[in-house]
Amino acid sequence: MPTTPSFPKLQSELAIMAVFAAAVLTMPLWMAPFGAAYPDLLQKFAIYGIFAIGFNLLFGLTGYLSFGHAAFLGVGSYAAVWSFKLFTMNVLPAVVFGTLVASLFAVLIGFVALRRAGIYFSILTLALAQMSYNMAYSVLTPITNGETGLQLTQNDPRMIDHMFVDRGAGLPSTNLFGLEMSGYPGFYFCAVVLIIAFFISLRIFRSPFGLKLRAIKSNQTRMGYTGFNTRPHLLFAFIISGGFAGLAGSLLAITDPLAGAERMQWTASGEVVLMTILGGAGTLVGPLLGAGLIKYFENIFSAFNDSTLHEIFAFLPDGLESVVVFLVSPFVGEGWHLTLGALFMVIVIFLPGGIMEGLRRLSRLVRRPSAGRADQPQTQEG
Amino acid sequence: MSDDRNKLTVSRRGLMKGSVVAGAALATPTFFTKGAYAATFRNDPTNSPTVTFGFNVPQTGAYADEGADELRAYKLAVKHINGEGDGGMLNTMKPLALEGNGVLGKKVEFVTGDTQTKSDAARASAKRMIEKDGVIMFSGGSSSGVAIAQQSLAQEMGVVFMCGLTHSNDTTGKDKRRYGFRHFFNAYMSGAALGPVLKDEYGTERRAYHLTADYTWGWTQEESIKNTTEALGWETVAAVRTPLGAGDFSQYITPVLNSGADVLILNHYGKDMVNSLTQAVQFGLRDKMVNGKQFEIIVPLYSRLMAQGAGENVKGILGSTNWHWSLQDEGSMAFVKSFGAEYGFPPSQAAHTCYVQTILYANACQMAGSFAPPQTIRALEDFEFDGMGNGPTLYRGADHQCFKKVLVVRGNENPTSQFDLLEVVKEVPAEAVTYDPAIFGGELGPYEVS
Amino acid sequence: MDAFVLQILNGLDKGGAYALIALGLTLVFGTLGVVNFAHGALFMLGAFCAVAVEKLLTLSKQVKDESITFFDAYKEQPYLEIWWGDFGRAIIDYSVPLSILFAIPVMLLFGFVMERGLIRHFYKRSHAEQILVTFGLAIVLQEIIKAAFGANPIPQAAPEPVSGSANIGAWFGLGEAVVYPYWRLIYLFFSLSVIGGVFAFLNMTTYGMVVRAGMADRETVGLLGINIQKRFTVVFGLAAVAAGLAGVMYTPILPPDYHMGMDFLVLSFVVVVVGGMGSLPGAVAAGFLLGILQSFSSMTEVKSIIPGIDQIIIYLIAVAVLLVRPRGLMGRKGVMES
Repeated sequence: MPTTPSFPKLQSELAIMAVFAAAVLTMPLWMAPFGAAYPDLLQKFAIYGIFAIGFNLLFGLTGYLSFGHAAFLGVGSYAAVWSFKLFTMNVLPAVVFGTLVASLFAVLIGFVALRRAGIYFSILTLALAQMSYNMAYSVLTPITNGETGLQLTQNDPRMIDHMFVDRGAGLPSTNLFGLEMSGYPGFYFCAVVLIIAFFISLRIFRSPFGLKLRAIKSNQTRMGYTGFNTRPHLLFAFIISGGFAGLAGSLLAITDPLAGAERMQWTASGEVVLMTILGGAGTLVGPLLGAGLIKYFENIFSAFNDSTLHEIFAFLPDGLESVVVFLVSPFVGEGWHLTLGALFMVIVIFLPGGIMEGLRRLSRLVRRPSAGRADQPQTQEG
Repeated sequence: MSDDRNKLTVSRRGLMKGSVVAGAALATPTFFTKGAYAATFRNDPTNSPTVTFGFNVPQTGAYADEGADELRAYKLAVKHINGEGDGGMLNTMKPLALEGNGVLGKKVEFVTGDTQTKSDAARASAKRMIEKDGVIMFSGGSSSGVAIAQQSLAQEMGVVFMCGLTHSNDTTGKDKRRYGFRHFFNAYMSGAALGPVLKDEYGTERRAYHLTADYTWGWTQEESIKNTTEALGWETVAAVRTPLGAGDFSQYITPVLNSGADVLILNHYGKDMVNSLTQAVQFGLRDKMVNGKQFEIIVPLYSRLMAQGAGENVKGILGSTNWHWSLQDEGSMAFVKSFGAEYGFPPSQAAHTCYVQTILYANACQMAGSFAPPQTIRALEDFEFDGMGNGPTLYRGADHQCFKKVLVVRGNENPTSQFDLLEVVKEVPAEAVTYDPAIFGGELGPYEVS
Repeated sequence: MDAFVLQILNGLDKGGAYALIALGLTLVFGTLGVVNFAHGALFMLGAFCAVAVEKLLTLSKQVKDESITFFDAYKEQPYLEIWWGDFGRAIIDYSVPLSILFAIPVMLLFGFVMERGLIRHFYKRSHAEQILVTFGLAIVLQEIIKAAFGANPIPQAAPEPVSGSANIGAWFGLGEAVVYPYWRLIYLFFSLSVIGGVFAFLNMTTYGMVVRAGMADRETVGLLGINIQKRFTVVFGLAAVAAGLAGVMYTPILPPDYHMGMDFLVLSFVVVVVGGMGSLPGAVAAGFLLGILQSFSSMTEVKSIIPGIDQIIIYLIAVAVLLVRPRGLMGRKGVMES
């Protein structure tokens, strides 16, 4: 497991990456039975997956709980949209620009916030992010277009594009050398980026750098006593983490070129914290699962109304169907928040390690009978 | 599904993206089964017995009650279009193309979604409707930022968006879109309608103090009201911006006390309006005499649901609204009757505008004889109709804004029932609130989107 | 000068509200070591105690308005008013103060149940897990309230005799324009007395001293044979009551809606941290400090120099304080730093 640092051979990593890539790229197929196989939600899975992976690099490894990570997401989005407005509709500069600007912003915030640890760090990041949000919503409207959100317009300069082609009648769409980035191509682009991001995260988890970060988590004072300066390492982790968030933000702008300030609100920062803990902080795949689950709830559960419920439970006898629909309806549609809140409670109470812990227990349960017969009876396992 | 579009785009272009396309094809089994050449626009319902509308309203957050009321109206509209129920405004609308058997012979179905009053969530929800549920039109509202975000999505995706409640000038001004339509009135019209009433009630020598929600809608309303009142000869003492969701407004209200102003104008909506009005009244502003005149408070945009939240404090306060259930014209009565029979209470102005928008869209499809957005849009543009509750109305083609009567209302001093919170002071005719579309700029964009 | 006095009053009033909420939060954290994200929801529940009482008192005889035919509209007259006339009217008028009597047992009970049923099992768990579970609870609570009362704010009136404004200017020989709502003055007085009460309880009673000892060193106190567990339950109940009463008393100022707890949550955490985690005097001082600074930063004179300062002042102060004083104004070393 990733919590026990090891440096396995390249082959095992290749195997992990192959399985992961296959799972991500075939999402349109295996998500279909869940009603989630449409481009926008698949894009959101990938993008928020990247966001959560990045957050986990900081929180999962170092234990520093940032409550302001959404600020980087927002800054990345704004930077990407500005890249579309000023330079070109090609997405590669936007990705680079978004990630870079968010990383620079992370340098700034990290430098200030990392002077403190524990909850003081959390509140510092929260305060800095809320300041960014409040300003983006009002005073910085010339840059962010405030409440309405930063959008493309007809008369944006788009300097690079206009050197080669004339303005069209409508707004141009984001593209990768001519391939439009909406719909499924957009998803595959995000999926490829997600796979790369996952690979980077895997490498960091298994590198000496990752090991040092974990050491900081377990006992920072002792690390300090050994003459090891933790600050630069923490700052570096913070910047990478912020860069991931900026990357996710720029992907949001690529698949949908509009950046709104509410992306930076504390609730958005809280959401990524919840995703990570829900999935299993400190594990490689957990944050991805958490991100997927929350986005699924937000998009699918919220859309159920009485008639969809009647369709779903149509296989039941009439009387029973009505009863079931009556019982279920408070938890879907406008009640989807209720389900989410209850889910948080249930998972934390019964599965402290998040979904990953649940999966571990499940696999142990499945494996135990056969493994028990083959080897010695296993008594202690975590 | 959007796949057909992608395929067409791709086949025109180079080999370079071959691998990605292969992946897309692999992943989308419906790719080849659908007639790739039959579809000329997104979500063409030609081969389907039904047509789907998407209703995207706030179901969580501060506007959830308003969203719930909008949803009720949408459901009622779909019923009436399909020929169920008592037909509501289909009985009063002139000219009417709909025949009470769905649209172009297809039964209307609908899907719902939660905007959470956030642009991002609203767009995600709308994309779900478009990409997964195959809606031909989507609609909803409660915030201008969210409406603008959705109508620009509509333009990108080539699916018509019928705005619900959105009051900012920008929606059909600076940020107008060919695929977005607004029936609701705007801040400019509020100002134009309020002007003469303010002059009659409070005279021409007043000193006004604005408290304005610090975001785009607040600014456009402040600007519009300021223009109106300054034209009356009023002086603007100060215009102070307040943070969205400030909760406690005391620190903004106390400076009003000794500013020499004798009118307070609250450019707030929703919870902000409920709080700022409640607190302003608590600070005794309404009992004050300044410059020998009674101090007055004005809330330019009113809604019955907000009035409920402010309780006693709205009594006697002037404002404007798009529509009110107590109107006695044929269309309003038909709507209130069927809404009341269905749900047991009167509809809000948000419900009214959503209902009308749905009927208008369906009617335009019927008139155009097609679901293709360019034809539907042309049918809606410069469409003139009557019998929908606001008198003769024009859907102006130049900016997709409806021009119709605007109501000036006052908080009722002696309500006769729990719904009787506002009384209509004046129905301002459409001519009085009409303006030149050029003053707000903006560009609609093309009919055809690739 | 007048404007200055008024802004100080605004600041004190706001500060009182912040301090009161932060006090309960820090009490729970200091004694139980639990980060309670549901504290805002307790505040909200208190406010809805007032709403429930008001709904109960104004149960009405409904007379159908015959002029309206399309749906049923009623002219309502409360039964209390029908039965007892003026006395009934007076009871309804005083529904907010009366609901304090209702809120105390309800919130106490709720606090006990919450501590016994949920919080107790999280003493030893990580702060992240405490946050997640209490946040989940907060969502569940507010959704239940939303299902019962709707999402719209529900206005609550202050009693008639104190619903207007007091002419403080006349009392102290200041300008005519120095008026301030009676209810806000009552709220300030109320928050000061609750804060004073909590301090008195902790400092002057043996019970409170044991709790304080438990805050400092739980294990030793346990070894002395004292049932610290039970006292913690009581402390949590007290914190819930404090939050609930703050909510009840706030309703005439801010018409309550289901989301008001969340709106206060972030702010109260900032207050607690600026004061120093686990420090009660710190929380109170920080509450008043932030309240007053927020009021002053909202003045037009200040805003014209630094546009938008009122939007960020709280957070700006938080950053500044934390950078200058590592553990907030009065924080102890070693609390919540790892």
